[in-house]
Amino acid sequence: MDKIFWAFVIGGLICVIGQIMMDVFALTPAHTMSTLVVAGAILGGLGLYEPLIKFAGAGASVPISSFGNSLLKGAFTELEKDGPIGIFTGIFELTSSGVSSAIIFGFMASLIFKPKG
Amino acid sequence: MGKKLTPEQQNYKDFSKKREPKRPVFKNCIKAFVVGGLICVLGQIFQAIYIKHFGFTEKTAASPTSATLIIISVLLTGLGVYDKIAQWAGAGTAVPITGFANTMASAAIEHRSEGYVLGVGGNMFKISGPVIVFGVFSAFVISIIKVIFNFFGG
Amino acid sequence: MVKGNQSFIFNAGIFILSTSTVVGPFEGKGPLSGDFDIIHDDIWMNQDSFEKAEKIMLEEAALRTIEKAGIKKEEINLFISGDLLSQIISSNFAARTIGSPYIGIYSACSGSMESLLLAALIMEGNDIPYILTGTSSHNASAEKQFRYPTEYGSQKPPTAQWTVTGAGTCLLTKMFQGPKITSATIGKIVDMGVCDPFNMGSAMAPAAADTLYTHFQDLGITPDYYDIIATGDLGNVGHKICKDLLKDKGLEMPDNIFTDCGMLIYGDNQNVQAGGSGCACSAVVTFGHFLNRMNRKEIKRILVVATGALHSPLSYQQKESIPGIAHGVAIEM
Repeated sequence: MDKIFWAFVIGGLICVIGQIMMDVFALTPAHTMSTLVVAGAILGGLGLYEPLIKFAGAGASVPISSFGNSLLKGAFTELEKDGPIGIFTGIFELTSSGVSSAIIFGFMASLIFKPKG
Repeated sequence: MGKKLTPEQQNYKDFSKKREPKRPVFKNCIKAFVVGGLICVLGQIFQAIYIKHFGFTEKTAASPTSATLIIISVLLTGLGVYDKIAQWAGAGTAVPITGFANTMASAAIEHRSEGYVLGVGGNMFKISGPVIVFGVFSAFVISIIKVIFNFFGG
Repeated sequence: MVKGNQSFIFNAGIFILSTSTVVGPFEGKGPLSGDFDIIHDDIWMNQDSFEKAEKIMLEEAALRTIEKAGIKKEEINLFISGDLLSQIISSNFAARTIGSPYIGIYSACSGSMESLLLAALIMEGNDIPYILTGTSSHNASAEKQFRYPTEYGSQKPPTAQWTVTGAGTCLLTKMFQGPKITSATIGKIVDMGVCDPFNMGSAMAPAAADTLYTHFQDLGITPDYYDIIATGDLGNVGHKICKDLLKDKGLEMPDNIFTDCGMLIYGDNQNVQAGGSGCACSAVVTFGHFLNRMNRKEIKRILVVATGALHSPLSYQQKESIPGIAHGVAIEM
């Protein structure tokens, strides 16, 4: 399956970029993830991230860079509909499920689990 | 790393670097590639399942797919397994959305001892905060650039 | 009596009456497990936070030391203690339980020897029957405070170290014959611009080298005077750097004498990157393992130079480097 192959390769490559940022440039995980998110937003703004998702499927939509792209896509969509105010109303439009899930399930985890150290 | 080093300190830096084990960059990249790739493949499979069996479209399948990966990541974090995998996989587990979920879940679980409001609620975004702040702000800046671009007839 | 630039020689006859060591399960699986008094099954120790568990360990070690000495806790004249947590809360709460006059100290992982030398200094010129010293650390509470939540998936580099979960206490008196505190060297801050909290061995090695060199200069002796010279928690990275730094200064540290508590406490099968660290590292290895060997007459003279990285989570974020310090205490039979 073509899609699976490219998902593996592109997803893997984005992770390698992250690994190089952490090992060679000595960036913390927070710095690395923030950089990738901003890169995703920039690529999204240039119209380059959507074609990557079309090509690599989950290989581009699962890494955190896709979060940046989705934030931007949401902003752009509402910007087109409602003008500049749309930037503010649209940013979390597409990423809501991701952020909400992380908060909801993260909180539920704190109800159920204890840290193991 | 932001401070300027004196010549003596720079000498020490060179001296100690020779005696420190180097991070196995190449090995780490291979491991990150494989694990990161596999997590994305897992995402691809979930997406296909949601489209085929649950009536989602390519567009709408993104939400349940990311939610599924987040739940798995939270479970593995809670079971104390995620950090062991991550020590091996490095960016392979940190870069996919699983890493984001792990930052929230691990902080939430850790700070339960300080109560649900101040502990869990107050600390959940400790590590993921920067991602959200910079993601949102960069989306904002790029959108403003687009507005200006459009205004000048771009 | 002051000797040289930074050292003291103790003439009043200050002896170690008893010690006690408490550790967590991971340390209990290590090569020195036979030397520890209490090994806990899990890191929670029936408490509902890691911080409370650390307090429990220090209390247990303190009370067990007092019990071994055959005295009551009301007879303790002074308790000197420190740990890694903000405001040294483990020590504060342990002091509350003991109830004696209390001096809290902070020098990160060099706390074991700083508290010991302070106790010796106070006892030297004064008529104080019993001084109890102690220190503790807990892997999870230290990670939570200084680095990341324990379940967070960050990849530790090979220079990282593992904070020991444990507590070690020591009771000093003049009314005894046994292991004697003979000298001590108070360290100075040495900051070589290392900024990486995952590379503390490298940050602390210059301070250890400085204190060791000063000790031998001040006392006018050579390393072979001692059977064991142990740094606190340089780990295998920092230890090698320290050895080479001393070699450059003309001081050869023989391999069969010069060791490090962080390298001894965990086995090769326990994946701890560069080795153990934390206040409890030097404390439990010294008060458990080394003193047991001294009591069995296997060794007669040891010098323990505990090392500390004196940064804070905030200083690191403000791009400050990590200042190191090392305090040395010599114990002889």
